Amino acid sequence: MRNLKFQQISGAGATFPELLYNNWAKEYKATGGVAVNYQGIGSGGGIKAITAKTVDFGASDSPLNAEELKGAPKILHLPMCAGAVVVAYNAPGVPNGLKLTGAVIADIFLHKITAWNDPRISGLNPGIKLPASRIVTVSRSDSSGTTAIFTNYLAKVSPAFKAGIGEGKSVNWTKGGLAGKGNPGVAAFIKQTPGAIGYVELAFADKNAITYAYVQNAKKNFVAPTLASTSAAAAGVKLPGDFCAMATNTGEPTGYPIAGFTWILLYPDAKPEVKKFLRWCLTTGQKSAAKYDYAPLPAGVQKRVLDALKKIGG
Amino acid sequence: MALTITTSKSRPGDKIYLGVLGFSALVLFVLIVGIAATLAWQSRLSIQATGFKFVTLSVWDDAAGTYGIWPFLFGTLYSSLIALLLAVPISLGAAIFLAELCPKWLRTPITFLIELLAAIPSVVYGLWGIFVLTPFLRDKLMTPLADKKIPLFQGAGFGPSMLTAGVILAIMILPFITAVSRDILKAIPKAQREASYGLGGTKWETISKVVLPYSRSGIIGAVMLGLGRAFGETMAVTMVIGNQAAQTDSGISLNLFEPGYTMASALANKFNEAQPGLSTSALIEIGLVLFIVAVIINSCARLLVRLTGKSVNK
Repeated sequence: MRNLKFQQISGAGATFPELLYNNWAKEYKATGGVAVNYQGIGSGGGIKAITAKTVDFGASDSPLNAEELKGAPKILHLPMCAGAVVVAYNAPGVPNGLKLTGAVIADIFLHKITAWNDPRISGLNPGIKLPASRIVTVSRSDSSGTTAIFTNYLAKVSPAFKAGIGEGKSVNWTKGGLAGKGNPGVAAFIKQTPGAIGYVELAFADKNAITYAYVQNAKKNFVAPTLASTSAAAAGVKLPGDFCAMATNTGEPTGYPIAGFTWILLYPDAKPEVKKFLRWCLTTGQKSAAKYDYAPLPAGVQKRVLDALKKIGG
Repeated sequence: MALTITTSKSRPGDKIYLGVLGFSALVLFVLIVGIAATLAWQSRLSIQATGFKFVTLSVWDDAAGTYGIWPFLFGTLYSSLIALLLAVPISLGAAIFLAELCPKWLRTPITFLIELLAAIPSVVYGLWGIFVLTPFLRDKLMTPLADKKIPLFQGAGFGPSMLTAGVILAIMILPFITAVSRDILKAIPKAQREASYGLGGTKWETISKVVLPYSRSGIIGAVMLGLGRAFGETMAVTMVIGNQAAQTDSGISLNLFEPGYTMASALANKFNEAQPGLSTSALIEIGLVLFIVAVIINSCARLLVRLTGKSVNK
């Protein structure tokens, strides 16, 4: 006995796709769908909320860990779109598009490379005059899916990083840098501190005109972070049956290596309206994702997610 | 409690009045006890797991399950101390000027400006801190002094630092201490001053020997009010302190140019994405420690008032 007038579905979780989900909700309602209320309270909060079933769906930038899965054993991860993490910097006199490899980025964040004119950076960038100023690393002070993607990539390409810092939504960074809260906090420190280098989401970097690096992928190509290179990276990932895999260090020649999926979390017995909305997101919604600066799912992944949704009656 | 006993001989109005006032006082008491009890109960997991080491360990590592807040605790105390050292002399000077020496036509505009300072939201102070104060301190103070090895005035010097946080806090607590101190000075009976002048005291002697000792307990109260605000201030400090422990083994440093962390900013950074269980419990224990420290400091202030008050009265 549901009152049709008040029918709405609610979701909560990651801040990264908040803008996309809110726009999707707006479009969906305009086409006659139910009202969708999404709150970007953070991936951790989203996991808590869906585990306790206080929302109809959760959202997270990284898959649930073993401990979290214990609390929600039947939960499904459905990728909705892909995002990229850019390595942003403020090196006086250095233009956009500095070329960096994963190993160099890892050693910068391990404080093994401490000056901008280090031979390992200048070796990758002949023709760019690098300042002798010191490097100030800026990380996230809050727990975040952005950090999870960034550290997952660096741990894959640098054994020293894996051993020294490790990967996760919040890690113990080598002392001696700065840390800001959220993408805006990191971006502010990068912009305000000469010599700074940090990491923010692609959509955020584009809107704030920050200079960022082209990162070498597994096929030895230096790739600019764009929606196209993010989608390409996502296409190169072999996703397991539960869709829980990071999309970093792609094997695609044109793929940007520091990319990841963002997932909707739901239980198989979710309301039919939720499944209907997700079906819409995975079909019609994918077409408008790029308009809001999010990379749509590669066609292959899209089909598999739709199949998974069908299995639970969506 | 608001018990209105009508059988009593006294007028019912008095009873109601007493009841309402008593109830208000009781609400305050219940609130404080309630908050303390909730904090203690919610942090029991962490208290059992870490014990007293919680305040002496220097590492906060979610992945390893190690929770130590020594750098946060130190940061709260140190940044508040810097703020008090900067703010108290200026506030007292301003309060004395306003209450004793200021010509009438100037009093209103100055009072208005000071009250305006108190009305600015802390996030605005934080933004001003990032975009104006931080670059200013870095370029005018930290960079010129970088190699001078002056005790305290050294450290990383990225800009965001313990000093920046202390200065922001000083500006934020200044209006509180000034306004309360001024009101206290104004409340001193005229007869006290007149007696001093009558004995041939100069203006300076009257202020230093009569007015200030008479208002000592009130001024200590005003300073405590400012200290309380400095302890709990979250947003502005998070934006300028750097959110990284100092580069020492203990994670703390007296050097003013080192970045730091406070308990309130640690809470603000980590709470959104905290995992249920030990991690959340440890964060709530930070709140409990902050609460206990505030109680200890306030008790010390009371003691100070009592001790100094006695010596004056003798």
